[in-house]
Amino acid sequence: MRMPRILRPFTQATGMPRWILFSGLILVAFFVLLAIFAPLIAPYDFDQVSSGGERFSKQEGPDGAHLFGTTVQSTDVLSRVVYGSRTAIEVVVLALVFSLTLGVPLGLISGYLGGKLDRFLVLIMDALFAFPYLLLAIVIAFLLSDKLGQGVVTAAVAITVVYIPQYFRVVRNHVISVREEPYVEAARALGAKPFTIIRRYVLQNVIQNVPAIATLNAADAILTLAALGFLGYGIQPTEAAEWGYDLNRAIDDAGAGIWWTGLFPGTAIVLLVTGFTLVGEGLNDVLNPVIRARRLRKPEMPEAEEEPTRA
Amino acid sequence: MTRLALAIPTVLILLTMVFGLMRVAPGDPIQAALGGRVSAEELEQRRAAAGLDKPLAEQYFEYLGNALTLDLGTTINDDRTVTSIIVENGSATLELTMIAFAIALIVGVGVGLLAGRYRDTYIDLGGRLFGILIYAAPVFFTGYLAQLLFSGTLGWLPSSGRASAIVEFELETVTHIYLIDTLIAGDFDAFWDVTKRLILPSVTLGLLISGVLIRLVRVNLLQTMRGDYVEAARARGIPERRVVIQHAFRNALVPVVTVAGLQFAILLGGAVLTEQTFNWPGIGAELIRYLNERDYIAVQGIITVFALAVVIVSLLIDLVNAFIDPRVRY
Repeated sequence: MRMPRILRPFTQATGMPRWILFSGLILVAFFVLLAIFAPLIAPYDFDQVSSGGERFSKQEGPDGAHLFGTTVQSTDVLSRVVYGSRTAIEVVVLALVFSLTLGVPLGLISGYLGGKLDRFLVLIMDALFAFPYLLLAIVIAFLLSDKLGQGVVTAAVAITVVYIPQYFRVVRNHVISVREEPYVEAARALGAKPFTIIRRYVLQNVIQNVPAIATLNAADAILTLAALGFLGYGIQPTEAAEWGYDLNRAIDDAGAGIWWTGLFPGTAIVLLVTGFTLVGEGLNDVLNPVIRARRLRKPEMPEAEEEPTRA
Repeated sequence: MTRLALAIPTVLILLTMVFGLMRVAPGDPIQAALGGRVSAEELEQRRAAAGLDKPLAEQYFEYLGNALTLDLGTTINDDRTVTSIIVENGSATLELTMIAFAIALIVGVGVGLLAGRYRDTYIDLGGRLFGILIYAAPVFFTGYLAQLLFSGTLGWLPSSGRASAIVEFELETVTHIYLIDTLIAGDFDAFWDVTKRLILPSVTLGLLISGVLIRLVRVNLLQTMRGDYVEAARARGIPERRVVIQHAFRNALVPVVTVAGLQFAILLGGAVLTEQTFNWPGIGAELIRYLNERDYIAVQGIITVFALAVVIVSLLIDLVNAFIDPRVRY
């Protein structure tokens, strides 16, 4: 069976890119599993403060009952970290779906049709792109919080607005270079409709760039989500566990030498973001011909009669 | 000239966006900030004073005009002009970001060049991992760890604020940049106090930005090392050392200027988080405070300033770029 083009980098990678790609995949897979099986893995609920009628003690260091200790609100840090991965994965998936379904088609249409629409969209997207992304996300999250509440969807939409311009730009610029290729011209000459050309010839070529950007954006999205949470414009603590919010609460603990409330959620962010980044970097290394290491096949020489002396 | 012409629509779109977003905000600004706390007549009065009773189109053009003259109104809650926020808190942000940027350049370019020069060795791996990890760590987590270690465990550096209360009180502010102000006053104890407080936030923010630079410099160097001119230099028998330093490094650094400019937006975003982490009284921390208080006029003013700053910086970067790279012309 022929392998889908999009999977090819995973088998073609060799050397360091391969190592980078696979260690990234392992990290991401770990958190996806945590997210899916959170209720089975976490010892308590993310907002549970007592068990068997007994309230957990406050800010208690790691011990047998609470492997990662407890927070100032007496919740179990380990459980919050585990449930936090569920929140993070949910938001990332939603944000990716939103920004791909909007950014890619817009880029395709804008790049292929050109003209006034293109110029208009480019201006808007460039302006959005120029704006400090975190501020944009904060403002959007703030505005939406009244209508959608401060949950996963609001956070995902706020992140989406930040990333649409990126997909738009990459896709549009690629479309512009592909548009004049002979095979597209040939299709046009044969009388194919624009929609068919875009779907069959342009999209097929352009879509190859998307996985690398999407994984790098996923990494960014986790950071943006955490930043929103840290500033108090992310997910409400009553809705779900979120690492950025936990870190916000932990800052006050730092002076008192309480390290477990911040170290664990922070490490979780670093690991998951690293995972996505490694996958993205690995894909980039494999896909980008400019930096791809040239692998020269050693010329096969007839066996020398005697050992050649090395210079 | 064309570049300048392009900046104008960008400014217009950004300003329109800011205006639009703030009108979508639930409730009108005065109501949101003061609702329930003052009488209905006073609400009306404040609304008229802020020009909010005029038709939307008129408000829009007034806003555009004001934005261009940097007259951005007065905050609702504490009666400060937005201009004074820019001067007082903006200078704190400027101080923080400039030092952070210098740190980012030194670390980013240094590590990036090393990683690219020794490609696929442990140095490269180490440099790249450092870049990835520093990028992966949210600035408030790095800051938190730094606080735990340097102010908690070791007790070397203070964890928050811009100056101790006494210095803050006694210092005569000339430039609002404390590093300079304390030097002007000739008060070296105060200078040391201010410097100590600047170290953790600026290093934290600087390292964040360096992550992006490491990547960029490394990839650029890989590209230039393959350039024809590098090959040609080698062919002329120029020692490898000189080839790398004079031919490859220099050219690899040209695009850094462009990207360093793009980092400005990230720097601003990072500054908001860093300021929040270290209790740094910058403009980002003020923005969050006013947002929490629902003071839309303050929020609108601060965001407008950010938007203008971004456009101006990117314009400057392009000009500098055209100056140092003869291939770029506008």
